Amino acid sequence: MELSATDRRLLAQAAAGLPLTPRPFAAIGRAAGLTESEAIARLCALQSAGAVKRLGLIVRHHELGYRANAMVAWDIPDQAVDSIGARMAAFAFVTLCYRRRRAPPQWPYNLFAMIHGTDRAVVSGQIQRLNRELALEGAPCAVLFSRRRFKQRGARYADPEVTWTSSTAAS
Amino acid sequence: MGRRKSLSRRLIGRYQRDLPLTPQPFAEMARACGSTEREVLDLLEELDADGTLSRVGAVIPPGVLGVSTLAALSVPERDLSDVAALVSSYPEVNHNYEREHALNLWFVAAAADRAALDRVLDDIRRRTGLAVIELPLERAYHVDLGFPPSWN
Repeated sequence: MELSATDRRLLAQAAAGLPLTPRPFAAIGRAAGLTESEAIARLCALQSAGAVKRLGLIVRHHELGYRANAMVAWDIPDQAVDSIGARMAAFAFVTLCYRRRRAPPQWPYNLFAMIHGTDRAVVSGQIQRLNRELALEGAPCAVLFSRRRFKQRGARYADPEVTWTSSTAAS
Repeated sequence: MGRRKSLSRRLIGRYQRDLPLTPQPFAEMARACGSTEREVLDLLEELDADGTLSRVGAVIPPGVLGVSTLAALSVPERDLSDVAALVSSYPEVNHNYEREHALNLWFVAAAADRAALDRVLDDIRRRTGLAVIELPLERAYHVDLGFPPSWN
């Protein structure tokens, strides 16, 4: 989908967060140069086109009871990684699943999954289940539990035309 | 269960996606949850203040609005807090975690274009004197769709 400059401003506003006021679409529309009804119509269209994955309450997993999370990475042969990635994404506890460029020798892995659970044992069990059900036991793999979270918030795409409406929610 | 806690569970259970695209979305959410617009807005302010809520907003798939990358550094333990603070200080950095690995600091940076992203990564390299490994996305199999509340 080809995005207009107005669409981009509107999306950047929506990604940064709606103001917690009774008419939030009027506010982000105004910042993008649109009326409230135009902003709502554009967001509907952008959501249908897949330019918005979801619009809603974006909560931090830790505060929601998910105390443990691991980034797990495997080195999967190029010809097999897409089919395995698609199957991996279907597990409910896999919250993100991406293929990324390898950076050998320090980082030989290409398939990434983010796994959240109520504690470390739960997450470890979920990783074992993935390895078993997708027959990945033989693949080189790294499990990186998180220790400290220094920052977690939505992306800000620096754009001189965009006025950010919400403050950085780093933690 | 307290009234606020119960309302907060209903809102989080129901509105991690499909925020009503109507002029007064919080009033609509309040109606669906047996509450009032004022109560919903006050509660969202509280969840924002205590860190539960990152924002009420949109998740945009990677690549739609600009370019981004996952990146990692191997930081000596004694320098980790300082380097982490330096990395977090860039507005282009949206996630920054310590993880259990020789590559112990992991962050995601996003910018409007490749040149702007390179400037941030080069700046971090220069100021820390450390190698920054870039692991750009090649394909998304699954993008964040929200969490089932863990209390269910």
